[in-house]
Amino acid sequence: MKKALRVLGVLIVLAIVALLAFIYVPVQTTPPNETLAADWKPEPGRGEYVMRASDCMACHTAEGGSPLAGGRGIASPMGTIWASNITPDKETGIGNWTLDQFRSALVDGVVNGKHLYPAMPYENYRFMSESDIRALYTYLMNDVKPVKNEVKETELSFPFNLRFGIRAWNWLALSGESRFKPVSDNNMQVRGQYLVEGAGHCAACHSPRTAFMAQDGTREGEANFLTGGELDGWAVPALRGPDAPINTWTVSELADYLGTGRNAHAIANGEMALAVEHSLQYLTDKDLIAMSVFLKSENGAPVKDAPKQVAAPGPRATPAAPADEAGQETAKMLTDASPDMPLGARLYLDNCAACHFVTGKGAAGIFPELQGNAMVLGNDPGPLTSVILNGTSVPSTDRRPMHLVMQGYADRLNDEEVAALASFVRSGWGNKAGEVTADQVAKVRSASAGH
Amino acid sequence: MARIEKKKDVVIVGLGWTGAIAGIELAAEGLEIVALERGRDQNTVPEFKYPNQIDELRYGVRFKNMQHPSQQTVTVRRSASETALPYRSLGSFLPGNGVGGAGTHWNGLLWRPQAEEIQLRSYVKEHWGESIIPEGMNLMDYPVSYDELEPFFTRFDHVAGISGKAGNIKGKIQPGGNPFEGWRSEEYPMPPLPSTYDSTKFEAACKAMGYHTFPAPAAIASTAYVNPYGMQMAPCNFCGFCERFGCYQYSKSSPQTTILDALKRKPNFTYRTHAEVLRVESSADGKTATGVTYFDATTQEEVFQPADLVILSSFQLNNVHLLLVSGIGKPYDPVTNEGVTGKNYAYQMNGGVTMFFKDDNFNPFIGHGANGICIDDFSVNQNDFGKLGFIGGAYWRSGAFNGQPIRTMPLPAGTPSWGGKWKESIKEYYGHAMSIGTHGSHMAYRANHLDLDPTYKDPHGRPLMRMTFNWQENDLKMNQYMKLKAGEVGRSMKPDVIQLAFKDVGTQYDVRPYQTTHTTGGHIMSESPLEGVVNRYCQAWDKHNVFVMGAGNFVQNTQYNPTGMVGGLAYWTVNAIRTLYLRNPRPLV
Repeated sequence: MKKALRVLGVLIVLAIVALLAFIYVPVQTTPPNETLAADWKPEPGRGEYVMRASDCMACHTAEGGSPLAGGRGIASPMGTIWASNITPDKETGIGNWTLDQFRSALVDGVVNGKHLYPAMPYENYRFMSESDIRALYTYLMNDVKPVKNEVKETELSFPFNLRFGIRAWNWLALSGESRFKPVSDNNMQVRGQYLVEGAGHCAACHSPRTAFMAQDGTREGEANFLTGGELDGWAVPALRGPDAPINTWTVSELADYLGTGRNAHAIANGEMALAVEHSLQYLTDKDLIAMSVFLKSENGAPVKDAPKQVAAPGPRATPAAPADEAGQETAKMLTDASPDMPLGARLYLDNCAACHFVTGKGAAGIFPELQGNAMVLGNDPGPLTSVILNGTSVPSTDRRPMHLVMQGYADRLNDEEVAALASFVRSGWGNKAGEVTADQVAKVRSASAGH
Repeated sequence: MARIEKKKDVVIVGLGWTGAIAGIELAAEGLEIVALERGRDQNTVPEFKYPNQIDELRYGVRFKNMQHPSQQTVTVRRSASETALPYRSLGSFLPGNGVGGAGTHWNGLLWRPQAEEIQLRSYVKEHWGESIIPEGMNLMDYPVSYDELEPFFTRFDHVAGISGKAGNIKGKIQPGGNPFEGWRSEEYPMPPLPSTYDSTKFEAACKAMGYHTFPAPAAIASTAYVNPYGMQMAPCNFCGFCERFGCYQYSKSSPQTTILDALKRKPNFTYRTHAEVLRVESSADGKTATGVTYFDATTQEEVFQPADLVILSSFQLNNVHLLLVSGIGKPYDPVTNEGVTGKNYAYQMNGGVTMFFKDDNFNPFIGHGANGICIDDFSVNQNDFGKLGFIGGAYWRSGAFNGQPIRTMPLPAGTPSWGGKWKESIKEYYGHAMSIGTHGSHMAYRANHLDLDPTYKDPHGRPLMRMTFNWQENDLKMNQYMKLKAGEVGRSMKPDVIQLAFKDVGTQYDVRPYQTTHTTGGHIMSESPLEGVVNRYCQAWDKHNVFVMGAGNFVQNTQYNPTGMVGGLAYWTVNAIRTLYLRNPRPLV
């Protein structure tokens, strides 16, 4: 999200070119993309569900603050952007907003003629249906407790404080009309595409950025849609294309990951863990399966192995996988445990093998596999290094309640040791990723010490 | 004046295995629940994290995961003629402390009793007549049958995640399993763990003698596992740090790995730590409890927690103590054999064969708490009590738990316990020893009971509980029979040195060395209020809104580790509360 704000760096140039026009011509807002009767009412629970699917909670709730009352600071190189209060408080929230004003915020990024910073993913929300927008509006206005919470005005430094510049950027960034365009006639595919492109705003992190820092690919059919991005300096895995890690996952495994933050291959870290915690775990099995079916298909091609249920409860036993051909040599070295094996391998045996095994295969749903793991193999070893140093955790979810914690090793391993360990993990079991240096580890260590 | 907390539907005393089971099952009924836990909160990370937790000196020797005697303890005497003295230094048994309770530091052996053990008095009567029951033995049937409990044993197997091989599925004997076990409705949730070398050696010796070997049922994951609450376990790595330790890698079944994170999500459930319950409060007419009073260690004050339903789910000794100080059930009098609270305290009768093989390397550091191969050929339902002259039996097991250097260093008898000779002997024998353990039943007797101590008080001014306990001839004779039979098996393996450690008739109870934490009875189940504290649903006869969990319900101890029975009874009890009690609170019997 923060990265999206780099866009602001481009704004100033554009602002000068179109300054006057953009300042003085009134903004046109987008009309509803669906005709609903004036007395149309959303079915009970729909608005809250849309709020979850859109992940409003994660950004609009401050740590320890009232839900949706804003005040969470989103750091950006240009300054901190303060998420707004979206409870129906009339003074400090959105209590006075009309449906038209609300829609305009969601699909145009405009509130009362003033442009929102694109930390708000209106590039994606613009594909949401009018009925979902209205359900969300009805929910926020009627079912959320108004909380009086004056959120700090976002004050970015010049020239990023010139919000009219965003208008120019919007002109470049917002692709096409505010209307969802299904590419399949299969209901499940359509629903999945709708959630991924719209409320789910997956492209905000998983699509690359254009030269103008707009999302390069916000919908199916666009060349770079979901082909991997960058967030906060860390690589975000591709969901499309030949190198997408999910290519080796089944639809069921992908749906489990979305709903629980864990599956037979990986666990959700960082921003993805937050998306699972605040948004995805609340979606129905049907919707998670639909999203997974869509993500696993190309251009609406049918997907065969759609499961009936996401992360079904047990009892269920899944035996640990043996080493495969690519992993055999490493597994043998670790099993032999010769005293003269390299430092990285020895550190792995002493600290990691208990859970991730000599096979590097881990244990389904609980300890991720390291062989072929996207985070392990990332061009940037930062995330892997951070996990070794600081540990990580997967939030408790309804389907998989265990708050699964991997401890950190910062107090046990020095920079050289972490570098040797990370390098070993990036090259064992057929993994092919670059060496990690002690300097790189030191940087991650000092960055995390600052938090 | 005690602080008064907002009334709850249910108060749970102690958040270990049974408290967690009661919490999650009753939370499903929408009840407002609070659990009170004397100790600290505990999670896999950070409390049990690697490598800090696998510190043998701190946790294995200095018992830092256990209840400290300064918090709570018992006084102990061997007979009414002795003066009981406080158990000031942990030895014979190790009560747990903190969230997860003893369920965090156990070995993970999860057995069900045999059907014959549930109806032991009737079984004896039918086969040999009541005349073989020794004077002073309070031999009883449980007021519930194996068949009634079976679905709840299975439920607990699913939740706890057990690795093993069934020997009797719905009456059909299964190859590779225990042919003498009670029937089970299905196979174990996970396949057995691999065997270590000592256990395969034992297995071969047993087979050669015609005995029936099977893998020990382990509440330790052999695979990745998801239980019915969606909770997860991961395959064990055989690090050997089970007993006395919390598991750092989600492999050992515990409230933490199988229930607590699911329970903590329930909006109608809360828990408070450092909250030690002092007594159950009674209504004016004495027919119900009004709640409990606890000591809040954070604010250093007494707190009254009103509740409609009281679940006592602390450790067996603490449950009995609470009942005694709260006046629930008439205290047991061994002279008249009348009264119920504190009656039928029982323990476990264990023995061991240690063998040294100079040419074998057992790598004892590879192991886990429930490792090994077992036989049940000398178990309760295989022994001819009339011919053998005792009532009882034992299961046998061979398999390394751990190879920890302080506690697990078997050396031939006569080796000095320090100095050069000791060092030499360690060099010669470490890794070259294996053992066979016999884990036997323990009957209940008039002489062995629990009551309030007349002299010693705890920090809250309550009398300590007094344990009057000694070994009895019946169980010692059983033990001597195991010595004879296990010695035969051991010698057949042709060890260089063999030594047998089995208590003989006449042995007095010694509270100093660790024996087992399987203390049972004291609030036993019974057919009538004259015989026990709780009815067949573990509901107090005296106060129908008090349900009591745990091994205190055991009428006498079985030959197995008690957790399987404890868990099965907990699900049985909670099912009765859910299906019979809640819609019409009353005495269920």
